Amino acid sequence: MRIRTLAAGLMVGALALTACGKEGSPSDAGNEDGNGNSAAQLPTYDVAQDVTVEGSPTFQQMQSAGHPIIGVKQDQPGLGYLDPTTQEYSGFDIEIARLITAKLGFQPDSIEYKPVPSAGREQALINGDVHYYVGTYTINDKRKEQVGFAGPYFVAGQGLLVAEDNSDITGPETLKGKKVCSVSGSTPIQRVRQQGLTEDGNIVELQTYSQCVTQLSQGKVDAVTTDDAILKGYAAEEQDKFKVVGETFSEEPYGVGVPKEDTALREKVNDILQSALDDGTWDQIYDATLGKSGAPADKPTIERY
Amino acid sequence: MEVLLDNLDLYGPGFLTTIELFVLAAIGSLVLGTVLAMLRVSPVPVLRAAGTTYVTLFRNTPLTLIFFFFAFAFPLLKVVDISFFTAAVVALTLYTSAFVCEVVRSGINTVPVGQAEAGRAVGLTFGQILSNIVLPQATRSVVPPMVSTMIALIKNTTIASGFSVVEAGSIQYYLSERGYSVMIGLLWVALGFVILVIPMTLLQRSLEKRWSVAR
Repeated sequence: MRIRTLAAGLMVGALALTACGKEGSPSDAGNEDGNGNSAAQLPTYDVAQDVTVEGSPTFQQMQSAGHPIIGVKQDQPGLGYLDPTTQEYSGFDIEIARLITAKLGFQPDSIEYKPVPSAGREQALINGDVHYYVGTYTINDKRKEQVGFAGPYFVAGQGLLVAEDNSDITGPETLKGKKVCSVSGSTPIQRVRQQGLTEDGNIVELQTYSQCVTQLSQGKVDAVTTDDAILKGYAAEEQDKFKVVGETFSEEPYGVGVPKEDTALREKVNDILQSALDDGTWDQIYDATLGKSGAPADKPTIERY
Repeated sequence: MEVLLDNLDLYGPGFLTTIELFVLAAIGSLVLGTVLAMLRVSPVPVLRAAGTTYVTLFRNTPLTLIFFFFAFAFPLLKVVDISFFTAAVVALTLYTSAFVCEVVRSGINTVPVGQAEAGRAVGLTFGQILSNIVLPQATRSVVPPMVSTMIALIKNTTIASGFSVVEAGSIQYYLSERGYSVMIGLLWVALGFVILVIPMTLLQRSLEKRWSVAR
């Protein structure tokens, strides 16, 4: 009797296993092909011919160099990320940079990327180390005194990244007594400090978001805070470990940084971004990068000043 | 000037933390460094080897790596839960001690061997010889290199800014986010460090003057 039960159990088990195997593989493939979002392809950009930007010294520099030098971030998955194995950049910001490059008449593959950390951005543009900068660069009035901004090409807002199984933290008002991490001196951490969202002793400031995310996965901090776009990038990378919670509690319009006095280039980039918003290129770029996290995004409105 | 006045809420606490880090790490490394120097000149081979190993290890490891260890790897060992500030003090102390040790040892080497032999001849122990005869004389000759080491220490505190300790080195990150010119902001930081270093230079000069007569 016992042996028969055991045998029957084994049979059922074996059947279930094989059934699982058969069911699993085609549905996986189906997911990738059928679901529009996850299989979204990056758009290709037509290189514009005979581009002229009247009165733009920066554009002249690009022409004499033969390619633009673009300041980017290299440690933000989904936005500006340098793959350490293939040495290739990818992400939403990178695609915007490639789009602008093509519409300025240069091959996107000719771009010279220059990783510039947040604190060095203004100086890199002032010194002419980069021709323009695309890397989660929030437009604000103070910065406009030093550099010019085209765009915004995206509007993010401060959000919170927590561990998948965390249910204590649902928004900024639930942060009291929790350890919160962000990049040293960044606007999000200054906001947390000034608004007293958590105690000073619970604020952790590290050099990169990746370090914060590492601390989060080790349970050393309870939440990582910065623009939701950056957090979505991490959440999309490891969906079973992290999640983005709560409403965003700020508005961060990302712009393309250009040298301050180069109004001609700024207007040209505004035109390029506007036409990408109009003809659907922007949506294609979003769907193939940040859109993979499953969250929709509102189109920005170009601000000309 | 505007950058400084508008952001006094950064500069004040920032430099205060720098001074705290410096004072704690200076006391720690002077004590530990002197102990290490005593180990390195002691007659017991095992102690000598321990001192040499310590100095070789910490003097050849970049300070950033030591910080990195205490900020990211040490917590994983789950020995004791330390704050980032404590971690910074420990990292700075361990690193600077290696240099203090070598400075003290070079001072000990300036004291003629005859002095120690004379001490031994009248029946003093190793500890007594060191504390009563050798170290007091050694201290006098090491004032300039010791002050240099301490000046290096105060500047090294800025590395803590990358490891969640908000001190003078962090000011630039805050300024950039607030939209102020980082270049001018850093000039004020540099001036702040000059102001911190000047008293040490003055101390060095007065000590040198007072003690040079004794030789």
